Amino acid sequence: MSKLIGFQTQPRIRKYELLPWILAIVVFFVLPEYLSLGAQILTYILFALSLDLITGYAGIVTLGHAAFFGVGAYTCGILSAKFGITDPIILLFVSAIVCALLGFSTGLVILRTQKLTQLMLTLAIAALCFEVANKATTITGGADGLTGVVISPILGMFKFDFLNKTAYLWCLLILFIFWYVIRRLIYSPFGIALTGIKENKQRMQAIGVPVTSFLLKAYTFAAMVAGVAGALITQTNQFVGLNVIGFEPSGEILVMLILGGVGRMYGAFIGPLVFLVAQDYLAKQFPEYWNLGIGLMLLIVVMFAKGGILGVIDKFFVKRSLQK
Amino acid sequence: MDSFLSAVVSVLFYGVAYGMVLYVISVGLSITMGMMGIANLAHGVFAMSGGYILVTALAKFHIPFPLALALSFFLVAFVSVFLDRLLYKHIYAAPELEQVLFSIALIFISIAIARLIFGTLQQPVLLPEYLKDQFVLFGRDFPTYRVFIIIFSALLIAALWFGVENTKWGAMVRATVDNRAMAQSIGINTKLLFSITFAVGSGLAGLGGALGAEIIAIQPTYPFEQLVFFLIVVSVGGLGSLKGPFFAALLIGILDTACKYWVPEIGAFLIYIVTIGILLWRPLGLMGKRA
Repeated sequence: MSKLIGFQTQPRIRKYELLPWILAIVVFFVLPEYLSLGAQILTYILFALSLDLITGYAGIVTLGHAAFFGVGAYTCGILSAKFGITDPIILLFVSAIVCALLGFSTGLVILRTQKLTQLMLTLAIAALCFEVANKATTITGGADGLTGVVISPILGMFKFDFLNKTAYLWCLLILFIFWYVIRRLIYSPFGIALTGIKENKQRMQAIGVPVTSFLLKAYTFAAMVAGVAGALITQTNQFVGLNVIGFEPSGEILVMLILGGVGRMYGAFIGPLVFLVAQDYLAKQFPEYWNLGIGLMLLIVVMFAKGGILGVIDKFFVKRSLQK
Repeated sequence: MDSFLSAVVSVLFYGVAYGMVLYVISVGLSITMGMMGIANLAHGVFAMSGGYILVTALAKFHIPFPLALALSFFLVAFVSVFLDRLLYKHIYAAPELEQVLFSIALIFISIAIARLIFGTLQQPVLLPEYLKDQFVLFGRDFPTYRVFIIIFSALLIAALWFGVENTKWGAMVRATVDNRAMAQSIGINTKLLFSITFAVGSGLAGLGGALGAEIIAIQPTYPFEQLVFFLIVVSVGGLGSLKGPFFAALLIGILDTACKYWVPEIGAFLIYIVTIGILLWRPLGLMGKRA
């Protein structure tokens, strides 16, 4: 099955894995008016990818992953608006470090528990971050959002423009780097151990895998990547609002990931793409009632497409190969 | 000193009223999640529906208040039976993540429907004259409606606890929560039992939403915004427990009211800290049976 591919194949890049990148570059040239949405989608793909690592591969269900996305976004925004640090690369680094520290410290706490308790702890931590962002208005701007974010050109050469051309390519580049790293990680013995922990924690413990330490490493890394995604969204929008932090974005990113397919890496690509494009389209057509369309779409996926969009595609190919 | 005492009394009073409402809404969630292990994040939808039913019944149809309250229970319970048979039954055995997706889908749909019918504004509650007054006790004034909430919920909770502890249905529910496979094998129809319990739990949520319509504002985003509090009550109280969530709800209710009164600038901060603290101290919740 797809989960076991890691045992059988080398991490050689297969042809279809180039598809998302080709598509992304085609979009850049063909649909210039959609680059703002495109940059948004690319950051959410990175965000979903980080969630897939801990939820899909390591089996930690979290309703609070946007705590890291939000803290990354706010770190980048506050440093730029209040402290005048505007270099995009430095901002990404600092956000990554802050979120890795936050992920490590909260990971120490939540990984001691299981199931509903764990879910609740992640949710409570995200809600806590939301409250801080909401109430510490002097530094975060509270409900009005944080304005005055300035990002200087990348390497002093590529200026963030109004058409979001730079932002789009910048997000694409960062996504590509982390996709490569995460892909290597997933196919490494460490990644396979994570899947083992998801399948059977006791047995992995029994054969000598340091389960908690592995989970903590994965959780910290995922927090860091989510933080980078958050910083990217700030650099693209040059604004931070409360919608990047707390329970609702945590729920949404989980929904996007499940929609695409959990534990498949490319589910994290398809989910945000379908979700955000549908949301954008529906919000333009029916500004009041787009929730209905999204809700029905998700319901249909749960009822008829178990395993998400990629799950269905998988089944289709399995059926065909059986018929042959 | 006297003013401080008076503040403590009113914080306790308002906090208990809020806690009672939280418990009436959340108890069904605790039992159904404990019974079938379903991560039903859409529980707030039932509470919101109850609130809308009450508000509409009072404002549009001029139905007497007690009848409107009863209507919010029975209508929501009735609709939940259909939801259970049509939709929920498909996800009983599904993995946790699909249940999360399913219930979030229901939340999205309900938000859109609520917006379609009632608009985005908060709905005012037209209370009858006899509940609008102040109630004088020991030389202090208490709003009659809150007194009514506390007494009514207390009676309701007493009836519910008696039902679960002393009736045959209650015994079957407790057996199923403790060990579903065993309960099934000694001849309890756990599926039917679950449907009934689900309906009662949803009805109670509707009733709680209606009772608390003045405390927890009825608006389309209700299921998302209040979900955190319902889940906190269930997990702090203990999944599958009947009495645990009661103490958790009172704790959250009083704490939240106290925070709003004395330190409004920190918002719900303290509640989350206390939740994290309790869950680390007792991972199964105050009276939980299993994680």
